Amino acid sequence: MDIQALAADVPVEGEYSLEGIDFITSGEQYLTFMLNDEQYGIDILCVEEIRSWEVPTKIPNSPDDVCGVINMRGIIVPIIDLRKKFNIGEAVYSETTVVVVLTHEYEGVSRTIGFVVDAVSDVLDADESEIKKSPAFGGCVPQHCINGIVNVGDTVVTLLDVTSLQQLEPHYKR
Amino acid sequence: MSVDLSQFIPSFLEESFEGLELMESSLLNLEQGDDETINSIFRAAHSIKGGAGTFGFEHVTEFTHLVETLLDEMRDGRREITQNDVELLLKSVDCMRLLIEAIRDEQECDRTEIDETAKLLTIALNQTASVDVDNNETGSGTTNQQVTQNTLWDITFIPEHHLVQTGNDPLLLFNALADLGPITVEANCKDLPPITDIDPTELYISWHLTLDSAASEEDIREVFEWVEDECQLIISQPVKDQQDSQQPEEIVIDKQGGDFTSVSSASDSSEQVLASAVADNASSTLESTTTTKSQKQPSKTKADVGSIRVGVDKVDSLINLVGELVITQSMLSELGNDFDLSKIERLTSGLEQLLQNTKELQESVMRIRMLPISFAFNRFPRLVHDLSNKMNKEIELVLKGEQTELDKTVMEQIGDPLTHLVRNAVDHGIETAEQRLASGKPAKGVITLDAYHQGGSIVIEISDDGSGINRQAVFDKAVEKGVVDKNTVLNDNQVFDLIFEPGFSTAKEISDISGRGVGMDVVKKNIQSLGGRIQVESEPGKGSTFKVNLPLTLAILDGQLVRVGSETYIIPLITIVESLQAKPEHINRVSGDMLLYRLREDNVPIIPVCKLFNIDAEHQRVEDALLVVVESDGQKVGLMVDDLLAQQQVVIKSLQDNYQQVEGISGATILGDGSVAMILDIPGMITMAMNNASQSQQKYGDIAKNLEGVMS
Repeated sequence: MDIQALAADVPVEGEYSLEGIDFITSGEQYLTFMLNDEQYGIDILCVEEIRSWEVPTKIPNSPDDVCGVINMRGIIVPIIDLRKKFNIGEAVYSETTVVVVLTHEYEGVSRTIGFVVDAVSDVLDADESEIKKSPAFGGCVPQHCINGIVNVGDTVVTLLDVTSLQQLEPHYKR
Repeated sequence: MSVDLSQFIPSFLEESFEGLELMESSLLNLEQGDDETINSIFRAAHSIKGGAGTFGFEHVTEFTHLVETLLDEMRDGRREITQNDVELLLKSVDCMRLLIEAIRDEQECDRTEIDETAKLLTIALNQTASVDVDNNETGSGTTNQQVTQNTLWDITFIPEHHLVQTGNDPLLLFNALADLGPITVEANCKDLPPITDIDPTELYISWHLTLDSAASEEDIREVFEWVEDECQLIISQPVKDQQDSQQPEEIVIDKQGGDFTSVSSASDSSEQVLASAVADNASSTLESTTTTKSQKQPSKTKADVGSIRVGVDKVDSLINLVGELVITQSMLSELGNDFDLSKIERLTSGLEQLLQNTKELQESVMRIRMLPISFAFNRFPRLVHDLSNKMNKEIELVLKGEQTELDKTVMEQIGDPLTHLVRNAVDHGIETAEQRLASGKPAKGVITLDAYHQGGSIVIEISDDGSGINRQAVFDKAVEKGVVDKNTVLNDNQVFDLIFEPGFSTAKEISDISGRGVGMDVVKKNIQSLGGRIQVESEPGKGSTFKVNLPLTLAILDGQLVRVGSETYIIPLITIVESLQAKPEHINRVSGDMLLYRLREDNVPIIPVCKLFNIDAEHQRVEDALLVVVESDGQKVGLMVDDLLAQQQVVIKSLQDNYQQVEGISGATILGDGSVAMILDIPGMITMAMNNASQSQQKYGDIAKNLEGVMS
């Protein structure tokens, strides 16, 4: 058997075709999703998983935007409805309603929280230079939750800050 | 040799800490002439020194050597065991702990205290060197060798072939021997196999050494201690005319040395046969440690792996159970291969077996987490010893039920509250010797720590035979602080409970009048956060007893599932007094909105869970709903629920990990169908209900007070 010939067939490391695989990007990647008809994006590295909507167990006296908790493979994960949190559109639960579960470490504490959105849409590559500051002219989303805005075609995607998203509101004191 | 020693460092650390603990507790029990105790202390120190030498931790070796020398003098009987020495040794144990902790944290430690203690040790050692001769008769004959008289030792060292694989290096051994005196080394290569058979990781050479030294057999043996199991060692002392004796005085080395953990085991009788040359040796070996220069830097492994030691029997039973589980599993899968309805009976019984297996397995696994409470008790003899010295009180500490087992997590968290209670007992409970004698009690006070199981919980009692709590002083203080009204009539228990009020925590004065009260609210809070409770009993002049009730484990809870509206909640079974269907004639509406239920003689306030948690319920009226009467802190309340469901064991999951603490909820669990259910926090719910009531009325006087009045 001609060993030389066989060896020639074995591709050298790094010679694999990368064509069509779009994982090398210059900037950060963001998962974009819809709230009503607006586009939002979050750092894709924080996304633990995307789940379909299921009715969670209520937490007594929780703020309106906290839907409750679910069991995600033995972990208790709170679910927060972003539409209620930001007061955007109507909080209806349809077949496309999904929960984006985000895990983020902040000050040494890692938290996993699910956020209800209307639909997930795409993965967005955005270079730092493309991210513009969001003008502070009202809007329902608090400024501290916004990292910036990016133009994608004709639409504008608002990039959200995961740390601020995970800041929890205290419970009612009745 | 290419064995990476650093992988053994964590176990060295763990064993060293155990050794230190053993030294500490033995030192506290040390009495004059108690050979066994001194021996065990000595062995612990020796193991630490040996281990430290192996890894090249010179600071530890140097320091421990001083300690060891002092101990050696004690066990030889050449030194009286004085209280001062014991204090010095205790201090040395602290220093060794500092040194070893520094290794664990890979940091430099503060040398000042260590250097100071080392100096004290050296001074103490020099003192004995001069009295050494006076104490001759206490030692056996061989101990009286003149330290200056050198002997020529013949040592034959035939290592097993795998010696180097165990991380031992003959060169280090010889270097250590060379520190005892001039040495000649002859290698014997006759066991060397033909070159084709040589395994490079094996050692085929044996050695014959001659050592001219003042050292004793014991000292030489010490050098070889770590390889005792892996070699043949013949040490002989040739007769003075240096004839090579054919029948050397052999020292049979028993197979005990290499094992770190055997430190605490029974006495090694051969160690009692002692030789001397201590005072001289002390200085020479100090320098010797430098020759065993460290070859390996401490690795970056995190030492604090939080490992626990588990008895082999526990592991064995676990293996048995897993075996049974596997059998059940294979039986069930075979059954499923071609299943038809006729086999349904076998399926049911198979499932039942599976249930049984799982349950037993769960219990066994939980048992592995259980540790004897002596782990928590161990620190107290030292604490009491130090405190009583400082405060000039004579106190005896009695430990009972040390073998009572407790979950590891509970154990870790109960340490601080217990320390606080013990410190309080020493500080405020026990009186000074004069006061005690004046009141007709023995001068020595007794503090007892007792642990035992009671039902599904563990009880820890801390009692002292001191002056007891001054009831009136506590009450006056409470009035002054505005915790209770001046005219309130309280029974003893209620008064004693006042010391757990936060208002008392900052009150310094109270410790002068009545004792207790510093940070007791924190103690209570800690215990409650573990799901436990604390009670006080006290009799003036006779002492006080603090009784701490703790759940055996934090991970699993027996719960009663209840339904409110569409939600399922879990009530800890331990809090439930009874469940009943409310009878309309027993329901009283008082003070406007408040509901009371007449349960025999008691009036029990009713808390509608749906209102408290702001959810919908099927039954809004008490008359239709079910009442679950629960008790917390001696207060009974009736929880209004729609339905009682099953009772089951639930695994507690934290809500705080990903969310935050929720009032009235102690945690969550996952039910059989995969859904999440909340576990109710009964004390929290009562507080919530009381706060709600007081807020809705704005004035504290009205409903809340009634509620309190009824509860008390």
